[in-house]
Amino acid sequence: MTAILLQELTKRFGTLTAVNSVSLEVNEGEIYGFLGPNGSGKSTVIKLLCGLLEPTSGTAWIAGKNVRQDPEAIREQIGYMSQRFSLYEDLTVEENLHFFGSIYGLSGRLLQNRSREVMQLLDLSGRGRQLAGTLSGGLKQRLALAGAILHQPRIMFLDEPTAGIDPVARRELWDLFFHFSSQGITLFVTTHYMDEAERCTSVGYIYLSQLIATGEPEGLKKLPEVNPSGTRRLEINCHPITQALRILRTAPYVRDATIFGQAIHLLADASASESDIERDLQIQGVTSILVRPIEPSLEDVFVLLTRRQEAARV
Amino acid sequence: MFRGIFSVLYKETIQIRRDPFTLFLILALPLFQLLMFGYAINTNVRNIRTAVYNLDHRRASREIIDAFTNTEYFQIVRWAQSDQELNDLIVAGEVKIGIKIPADYTDNLLKWGRATVLVLIDGSDSSIASQAVAVSNSVGLSQSLRRLLEQHPVPEPALAVEVRPKMLFNPDMRSANFMVPGLIAIILQIITTFLTAFSIVRERERGTLEQLLVTPVRPAGLMLGKLAPYCVIAFLETCGVLVVMRWIFDVPIQGNLLLLLAVAVLFLLTALGIGLLISTRAQNQVQAMQMAYFVILPSILLSGFVFPRESMPAVMQWVGYLIPASYFIEVMRGIVLRGAGWLELWENIAALALMGFLFLTVSALRFRKTLG
Repeated sequence: MTAILLQELTKRFGTLTAVNSVSLEVNEGEIYGFLGPNGSGKSTVIKLLCGLLEPTSGTAWIAGKNVRQDPEAIREQIGYMSQRFSLYEDLTVEENLHFFGSIYGLSGRLLQNRSREVMQLLDLSGRGRQLAGTLSGGLKQRLALAGAILHQPRIMFLDEPTAGIDPVARRELWDLFFHFSSQGITLFVTTHYMDEAERCTSVGYIYLSQLIATGEPEGLKKLPEVNPSGTRRLEINCHPITQALRILRTAPYVRDATIFGQAIHLLADASASESDIERDLQIQGVTSILVRPIEPSLEDVFVLLTRRQEAARV
Repeated sequence: MFRGIFSVLYKETIQIRRDPFTLFLILALPLFQLLMFGYAINTNVRNIRTAVYNLDHRRASREIIDAFTNTEYFQIVRWAQSDQELNDLIVAGEVKIGIKIPADYTDNLLKWGRATVLVLIDGSDSSIASQAVAVSNSVGLSQSLRRLLEQHPVPEPALAVEVRPKMLFNPDMRSANFMVPGLIAIILQIITTFLTAFSIVRERERGTLEQLLVTPVRPAGLMLGKLAPYCVIAFLETCGVLVVMRWIFDVPIQGNLLLLLAVAVLFLLTALGIGLLISTRAQNQVQAMQMAYFVILPSILLSGFVFPRESMPAVMQWVGYLIPASYFIEVMRGIVLRGAGWLELWENIAALALMGFLFLTVSALRFRKTLG
């Protein structure tokens, strides 16, 4: 079943088009990763879907309800976690949860139980009486998540939930996301991290206000634009790596070369063999060369699609 | 329609309790202000600093000088030795009044039966100047009458026409009675407007508003939930300032105290409503501050607190009608000083009720729109 459906959703602020005719679909229980550079319109899309902003044109359906006609009904169904901590720092963890729970109509024993349950799930037990403002970054994120999940929403919008927290806390948050997803909750998550994107059921990539790709990560990697016919992708480990990159960029069979971590990712003509490359590098004094064919990563996909988009604009 | 009101009320109450120093300031500052301004604002002019330049020095000149000082309006602090000096003293602000008695004062009185005294008045303070004019004229008049009677004795001297002013409601002409009820209205207006002016914009700045708005809380619920605890605080404040007025400034309440408190609640709601309206419009606390001043200054100047509204140009009188404090000051003075009741004041009360309802409704309606 479709949980989120966008149809040519557009938002303009004066002359600036922040979201340009974005259409996409997210199924129930999916984790949808929404990616794009800063300022590309990710947060605006989330705000439109949560009813914080009104679309200029186009529309969206959340849990079968139209954001233009029925924003109040949507509010009951969604949980939202904004980019910056937006619970009350001068309230305790428990008071924050009681406040938000009671707005959704939870009260008495039900509210008590639900708060305790959520605090346990998010490992906040024992911190009930601590002021939210004194929590560490990771704990704040978990409290914000607790506030968003308390009323058992069917869809959650998480705007860069893992920005600025340490890797361990990041992994723990993602474990929770999978837990929610397994319970049938749909998650719409924006992120900058490619490893997070790889873990999503589907991803979308927004660039300069336009959605330029959407689909399952595996599907995107097999797109013909990403794998032009007559090319192959190779990973090269060698030493020194920067010199190798310079050499490869001038080689006639290389279409694109970028450093990824400790290795070079190469988009080369299909005719170029591993041994050709190895030989060319060795001649110039590069050592410990290891060349192997690879699948494109999501980052490859997005880098390529971004370039294509830019080329099309020019 | 009011969904979330009790949740917001609960949250606001905790937040206020958690910041006891601010609460203390909210409750204590207005009392201090009332004490300070209540004593400072005194329109009963006494002992105006005066310089005298006496060129005559004979008995008649000393008599007229005594006549001036005996009124208690003038206090001679300097004796000038030249016209220039007399003038300079006024320019320098050393004295407000300069009295010059010409060298031929006594001669003229004896010879012609008429003489002049020059009274220079610093017009830069209008309330002092107007009283000085009135008192100097009456000094001249009574001196003339005395001389007239000496020359033409009448067995039982009496004025042909005697005007007997009788001051109702404030027989001693104490300015505290007149100023303090108005001052209370102004102080309450300032504190309440600021209380709520920051309430929503603060949440906007901290980002918590965004979180609040994705919940099903309704604008009216949010508004009233935020308003209620501040209304209670402002009401306690009102009781506090009334106690100060009654027992420290000794201004008795002639009318019905319950009616006064009921109208005060109405006024507080209206002023809090103005604050909320500001809060829904302002993008940050600095803007909210500016807007609050924009409301407060006219409340002080055009409401009839300082200057009588009757003497204002028609346009400004109309502006005054748009200021809730105008009505509340009327009601305060009516109940406290004249012992007026519902029958005499219902129009003011109705106007307040209408304005309060309007401000609250408009701020609730405006609220959703400000997100876009």
